[in-house]
Amino acid sequence: MKKGRQTYVLDKKVYIAHTASIAGVDEGKGRLRDFFDYVIDESEFGCKSHEKAEIKLRKHAIESLLKSAEVSAADVDAIIGGDLLNQLVPSGFSAREFDVPFCGLYSACATFGQSLATGAILLSGGAERVICCTSSHFATAERQYRFPLELGTQPPPTAQWTVTGVGCAMLTSARPKFKCPKITSFTLGKVIDMGLDDPNNMGAAMAPAAHDTITAHLKERGVGADYYDLIVTGDLGKLGRELLCTMLEQECGAIKDRVNDCGCMIFKDRQKCGLGGSGAGCSSLVFCSYLYKTMMSGGLKRILFVPTGAMLSKDSSLQGESIPAIAHAVAIEI
Amino acid sequence: MDKKEYGELVKQATPKTKEGKTLLLAFAIGGIICMAGQGVSDALTALIPSFDEKTISALTGVVMIFIGSLLTGLGVYDKLGYYAGAGSVLPITGFANSIVSPAIEYNKEGIVFGLMAKMFSIAGPVIVSGVSASVAIGIVYYIIGLFA
Repeated sequence: MKKGRQTYVLDKKVYIAHTASIAGVDEGKGRLRDFFDYVIDESEFGCKSHEKAEIKLRKHAIESLLKSAEVSAADVDAIIGGDLLNQLVPSGFSAREFDVPFCGLYSACATFGQSLATGAILLSGGAERVICCTSSHFATAERQYRFPLELGTQPPPTAQWTVTGVGCAMLTSARPKFKCPKITSFTLGKVIDMGLDDPNNMGAAMAPAAHDTITAHLKERGVGADYYDLIVTGDLGKLGRELLCTMLEQECGAIKDRVNDCGCMIFKDRQKCGLGGSGAGCSSLVFCSYLYKTMMSGGLKRILFVPTGAMLSKDSSLQGESIPAIAHAVAIEI
Repeated sequence: MDKKEYGELVKQATPKTKEGKTLLLAFAIGGIICMAGQGVSDALTALIPSFDEKTISALTGVVMIFIGSLLTGLGVYDKLGYYAGAGSVLPITGFANSIVSPAIEYNKEGIVFGLMAKMFSIAGPVIVSGVSASVAIGIVYYIIGLFA
């Protein structure tokens, strides 16, 4: 049921029945190491290139998700998701391994939010089981957006670190035998551009998009920020989170302890990962490990999950364009 | 909040580069690389006394380029660059790094269309501006010569 301009409240129950997460080497040394299903021990994951490694990571994650859900690929109605690379190579190439309809999506690092929302729509339309999967890889993102890995450059103080990892979730319309989180509503974000043009400061470029989507969601759903135990953004990093809190405080009052960011959660400070993690795999990895498991164990009841994305390319920045950003909000309750 | 207000907010909240620390590190590590270069030059002079100054300086360049390339291949130079910034970019070892790093990166797309095609993707602008500047200066030098 559509509520307001951007928000959809689901009439049918959409369960997040299972998740799978595979983390990269550095992520495996970070704060959430105990929550990941599997941590790889070298960034190429036994492949000849990092792109091939990202494809393999996705394949393994989806296979382990099918295994833990105890279903075969034939029982899945669709695999939906995306990544950061041109032509969605990791997503499309990993989907060829499964005899399942595939739908590639792109909202930069907000793709996991878009995937959960699209999955919920498919289930509302009659699908029974859908897999949402997004990924990113530090080395493939560096090559596409920045420089070769071995080039000796100094990151600016606002830089973030692309997360290597995959998170995938299985949405089902049938109630599982155990209690699990449900998607209750979602808000599709608008593309917001506040005119910032520094590709090394994406947290600041994305914070207004997160703010826009969150306030729209709360208003259209008719709830206060305190309805949620946690409002968790995708990859704003420390600076973006601070800016978001400053903006939200104008409408919602003191909110800082209720707002967190997947990018801020994933690495330890001493790992030298700039202002935090980023990438399409950042929000999905954190959701499918830490957030999901915490919800399952009762630590969190209601969260507003808001993956954030900066829709820039290397060329758009060089052509002098500012950075448009997007955020999709998904309300998840248990 | 409009774009201007937000721009101001971002400006205030954005962490600044720690100039004292980065300048000092760039100076120290860049200085050490140059001292190493001088060391190589002195060693070559002592080892091969028959070479003149010009040959020694060319040979020193070759040795430093080799060291820069080797450290890039071993995965050390990018870590050095993290701390040194321009201190490791400006010496000739940094130039070697800027050519070898894309060569390693794009080797996966094959020798011709990967390695060879992309090898100068970072050093290219340096070479173009260097050659252009020397041509321009050459012309100026020639014209001044006509009147001198």
